[in-house]
Amino acid sequence: MAEEKKKRILKPIKDFPLDEYIASGHRACQGCAEVLAVRHVLKAIGPDMVLAMATGCMEIISSPYPFTSWNVPWIHVAFENAAAVGSGVEAGLKALRRKGRIPDKNVTVVAMGGDGGTSDIGFQALSGMFERGHKMIYVCVDNEAYMNTGVQRSSSTPFGASTTTSPAGKARPSGQNTWKKDMTAIAAAHNIPYAATACPSYYSDLMRKVRRAAEVEGPAYLHVLSVCPTGWRVPPQTSIKYGALAVDSGVFPLYEVDHGVWKLSRKPKNLKPVTEYLKGQGRFRHLDEGMIALIQERVIANWERLLKLCEATGDKPAQSGSES
Amino acid sequence: MGKKVGMEVSIAAAEAAALCDVDVVAAYPITPQTHIVEHLSELVANGHLDAEFVPVESEHSAMSVCCGSAAAGARTITSTAAQGLALMAEIVFIASAMRLPMVMLVANRALSAPLSIWNDHSDAMMVRDCGWIQVFCENGQDVYDHVFHGFRVGEDPRVLLPVMINLDGFILTHVIEPMEFWTKEMAKSYLPPFKPVYRLHPDKVVSMGAFGMPEIYAEQKMAHDVALRNSRPVIDEAWDELARLTGRRYSAVEHYKTDGAETLILAMGSLCETASLAVDQMRDGGKKVGLVKLRLWRPFPFAEIRQALAGAKDVVVLDRSVSTGGGSAPVTSEIRAVMYHEPSRPKIHCMIAGLGGRDVTPDDVSNMVDMALAGTGAEYYIYGVRG
Repeated sequence: MAEEKKKRILKPIKDFPLDEYIASGHRACQGCAEVLAVRHVLKAIGPDMVLAMATGCMEIISSPYPFTSWNVPWIHVAFENAAAVGSGVEAGLKALRRKGRIPDKNVTVVAMGGDGGTSDIGFQALSGMFERGHKMIYVCVDNEAYMNTGVQRSSSTPFGASTTTSPAGKARPSGQNTWKKDMTAIAAAHNIPYAATACPSYYSDLMRKVRRAAEVEGPAYLHVLSVCPTGWRVPPQTSIKYGALAVDSGVFPLYEVDHGVWKLSRKPKNLKPVTEYLKGQGRFRHLDEGMIALIQERVIANWERLLKLCEATGDKPAQSGSES
Repeated sequence: MGKKVGMEVSIAAAEAAALCDVDVVAAYPITPQTHIVEHLSELVANGHLDAEFVPVESEHSAMSVCCGSAAAGARTITSTAAQGLALMAEIVFIASAMRLPMVMLVANRALSAPLSIWNDHSDAMMVRDCGWIQVFCENGQDVYDHVFHGFRVGEDPRVLLPVMINLDGFILTHVIEPMEFWTKEMAKSYLPPFKPVYRLHPDKVVSMGAFGMPEIYAEQKMAHDVALRNSRPVIDEAWDELARLTGRRYSAVEHYKTDGAETLILAMGSLCETASLAVDQMRDGGKKVGLVKLRLWRPFPFAEIRQALAGAKDVVVLDRSVSTGGGSAPVTSEIRAVMYHEPSRPKIHCMIAGLGGRDVTPDDVSNMVDMALAGTGAEYYIYGVRG
């Protein structure tokens, strides 16, 4: 036990930025890993940024007029259009800078949305942003359901999760009966320079990826798994633990696709059984052995496929459309 | 002034935007707006216009990109019609409430179903309450001039609102018209560079688009309403300056042969030109008919309309859309409401015509006046429907 505990202690980053760009006093739930992810994303980029945010938890907790938690320029317009609003900011700043109307300074434009705002209603705007090649980062903070409106299922909700619109019942014992949409692969399929998964439980990896995303020429996508104690029905103090378990069980592998090269960011010697991840989560409590076996099977298959992708693309950087 | 040159109105509108030195164009193709943005993209491609042309994947994203761009402090233009306006409607309301100046040319077109690419005003009336400054143009020159006017008014720090310029699809967008063009110097003297009060830039941190709790939402709505109403002096001021510069005088409400008229026709957009021909005919026939042209739809010119309609016995409003199942079509409803408290008020007749591109000739206008005066016995009458 003591040994296991020791292993889990993460090394602090030497140059961890102390400035805060999302102020405390916001209204996030206890143990919200999403706001933690946002905090780390902002720290990694620093003050020279503009953030366009979709409607959702992060927007609601941070901006009840006349208050704001944002120490960076921030705009919220609607639910499904953070990628398009960000595109507009990027285009506007680019034109103004070229014409000498604003200081000649690099500004990182970031758009951010939850899993609903990204994989469902904002999907089209996101694809448009990728395809047009805007130099900006899109961050999906994925808590695997519409938490802001009361835990309704999204296309990013995993198989087997019971939500308020995919409840487990006699006629549909699994709860959510579809598999999680693979947004990172979809982003990578746009041939953008950079797409990656991350999780605030592994914050140094998250911050390194944010910096890489800011560095590449063209659109970058980060898919950040963000544990939601309220919606997942886990104790608030276990957010970091469940994030780490999602990664270490292979349920949510950490990897990046840099110019078409797939690379694992964390390769556990042996994946932990999914039962370790599922147990204790209220949203999965109804699962029987058969359903758990199905999930385990799927996780292994996805993991092996991921390993093959890494192997197959390792020495073959793809031509990225937006950098041509 | 310079000599008149024939040009398609859509191309002229794009040329006006280029003279305004727009920074960002975001648009999605939809008939009959396409020539405007096609020409803008051509100007960008040829290096005649230094702007970012963002070829978005939908009108929803077009308006969203415009919001982002305007919030960054860039001079921004888009154009759409009918279904495109319907798709972007959600963001149209947000753009004005967030006080983001931009210009949108709406090539007025009928809303589906049935699908129709042809002209009426059902698209503009759908977003009547969107909180933008909204003008309806009578001809190509009018459209061209109003692009400059729109940016000048919308970006004025006393206003900070988006401006919608309505031009009838095909009837105006695709017609070649002799027009007087502005020079670069004229544009420069008329339109100062856009200096936003706030912009999204790290040098001065702002939060835009906060959400409103019940304690503040009503105040925000009222502030928006007051801002739109208060834009009126700036709109007039910009028209005055335009008149000084070009010799062309525009007003919120314009009159044509209204002296001594017992019956007034009230119209908007290109139908005004048709109606003026009808007025000529009717006047020649000894009928005391005049025409009131309503150019400024929002903020609504209450005083001018009351004054214009005060002496008339009958007012025949030519509406270009239907308020299905409602009291009367949108323009008539507005006019009736405006006149209701007047001590002596004319009879206000609602004639709906020109839906989905159905042609309206001067004879049709005369017929509608005759029918209205004879009495249709209905709250509103859809003219020319085949039995």
